[in-house]
Amino acid sequence: MAEPSLKIGSRAVLESRDLQKLFDVLRAKGYRLIGPTVRNNVITYDELTSIEELPVGWTDVQEGAGYRLKKVGGKAFFNYGTGPDSIKRFLHPPLVRLWRARREGDGFKPVEETEAPPKYAFIGVRPCDLHAVAIHDRVFLSGEYADPSYALRRENIFVVAVNCVKAGNTCFCVSMNTGPKATVGFDLALTEILEGERHYFVVEVGSEAGAAVLREVPCREAGEDEKAAAERVVTETAEKIGRALDTAGVRELLYENPEHPFWDEVAERCLACGNCTMVCPTCFCTTVEDVTDLPGKAAERLRRWDSCFTEDFSYIHGGNVRASVRARYRQWLTHKLAAWLDQFGTLGCVGCGRCITWCPAGIDITEAVRALRGKEEKGRPPAAAETPGEYSGIQG
Amino acid sequence: MSARFPEPMVPRLFAVRKVRRETDDTFTLELQPENPPEGMAFAAGQFNMLYVFGVGEVPISISGDPEKPEILVHTVRAVGTVTKAICGLKPGGFLGVRGPFGTCWPVEEAAGGDVVLVAGGIGLAPLRPVVCQLLARRGEFGRVALLYGARSPKEMVYRLELARWEKRPDFDVKTTVDKPAEGWEGNVGVVTTLIPEVEFDPREAVAMVCGPEIMMRFTVLELQKRGVPEEKLFISMERNMKCGIGLCGHCQIGPYFVCKDGPVFRFDVIKPFFGKREV
Repeated sequence: MAEPSLKIGSRAVLESRDLQKLFDVLRAKGYRLIGPTVRNNVITYDELTSIEELPVGWTDVQEGAGYRLKKVGGKAFFNYGTGPDSIKRFLHPPLVRLWRARREGDGFKPVEETEAPPKYAFIGVRPCDLHAVAIHDRVFLSGEYADPSYALRRENIFVVAVNCVKAGNTCFCVSMNTGPKATVGFDLALTEILEGERHYFVVEVGSEAGAAVLREVPCREAGEDEKAAAERVVTETAEKIGRALDTAGVRELLYENPEHPFWDEVAERCLACGNCTMVCPTCFCTTVEDVTDLPGKAAERLRRWDSCFTEDFSYIHGGNVRASVRARYRQWLTHKLAAWLDQFGTLGCVGCGRCITWCPAGIDITEAVRALRGKEEKGRPPAAAETPGEYSGIQG
Repeated sequence: MSARFPEPMVPRLFAVRKVRRETDDTFTLELQPENPPEGMAFAAGQFNMLYVFGVGEVPISISGDPEKPEILVHTVRAVGTVTKAICGLKPGGFLGVRGPFGTCWPVEEAAGGDVVLVAGGIGLAPLRPVVCQLLARRGEFGRVALLYGARSPKEMVYRLELARWEKRPDFDVKTTVDKPAEGWEGNVGVVTTLIPEVEFDPREAVAMVCGPEIMMRFTVLELQKRGVPEEKLFISMERNMKCGIGLCGHCQIGPYFVCKDGPVFRFDVIKPFFGKREV
């Protein structure tokens, strides 16, 4: 087995029996391995040490408001779609302590945080989620103020992506240009191939770090037939992808239809539970909690994931800006598909389909866009509230 | 401080030097940083996140004189848990401060022309730094007017200063109240009723407006009736804020983060999203 001359763009063959070697090499390099495993009746990310913990023989069945694990047997490690969580949980954790402070006299003194985040290697990241990380890079790192928590966690990651071999029913990556094949943001990208008795991965090298790791793992240069098999697998997945979202002019569609009747219709169904924002790999909103110990000597500020679907989210003195569920759903969708473009130069949706699967009411973002296109509001007179009557003084 | 979460995430400690009662529920605090002692440079219109130990944090606009950054001035109305705690502080007490954040009023761009300031209620607080600058550099501006409306005479802030400003021949100060009280001999009516009375050249004027959103909507309409173009009209927006630096998502209005793209917006910029129901 000749060691291939690995560089960015190289494709190698890794036999399935050697996948554990890849795990071992990464762990030996000090990475904490985070990968897919079956927990609580879903395929979720967790810390792994062995390929035994991967969801071998499992797949999932997803639909609007539905997720079910299914035992199908076989040897495939990655024969499933996106689970409810993404690597957002590790790079932008649901709970972060921003700082602590100790009371000193009448004042207080901040106490240094010393805990360094772990060095993560992520296994089995899907192409859509790689795009989500690229989006978070813009959100957290491109502005005047970078988020130090994200920057520290993001800095040293190693990504083993997996190209999708199973087309999800709620997925719409093809229409978002985010999948099912990884094109950016990975160190190594695996395509899992099962042909009769053969079980192997075609591994694409995405970075120098990826090449360095792969040099320590038994592999060989991929043959033309193996490369073709890998291409075929993702092409077939793309052809079978469950849904599509037409992004043409979607920014204008959202901005020009704030009073579309669809918003009332969707508000009838939306429970404002915030599930879509929790499972979304790009939703980034947070709130803070300031807490003290019982004697009031020490305080800390915690940052938690928040959701624009909560009533409090827009609270200012005098009331909530978005009091109705209609306005909150509209804000979420308008942010994702319109404002995000203005803010970060990219859509805030990667087509992973999680918001469709995990919405208890089965509200479907792709249907929402179709509904908005169906009966456009353009030309409707402005809503009554937008035509001011008479100013009667300062209220509240 | 920590290399891990440096500013702007971590508050700086400021000591309360003076507290002045403005109204029943509104107080002006003068603050000075503990270390280093040189204060906080800011531009008129910017805000700080003020933190009370263990209680919480709120965005409050800066009300001091930008030329005197050694004293940080905030005017706070006690309406919630944190603002009540701030208003309960006495000289010698401490606050955490993060900032200054956000955009500023177009004081430099206004030079050479007339300036019209319109404030409602505590909306005068973010405009007070502008007044300080206009009066200190009075010769650089044309006519300068302040129109100030409050619900009642006892709800007006900066009353001593207003009286001083009203005496200046080069500063056209008009005040009004929605509901008069005994002894009030001034104007009665909403602040927009003052707009037709003020003398300025709309082609060369800049208008800066701050108050409740409903007040700003009607004020903008009146100023437009007087011929002030949208590009010369500025308003200051209020939204829920947790971070102040464009990361928490709370303060969005359309494509803007009020904390970093605002709070001061040129009217034509914010217009597509301003006054729209629940945006």
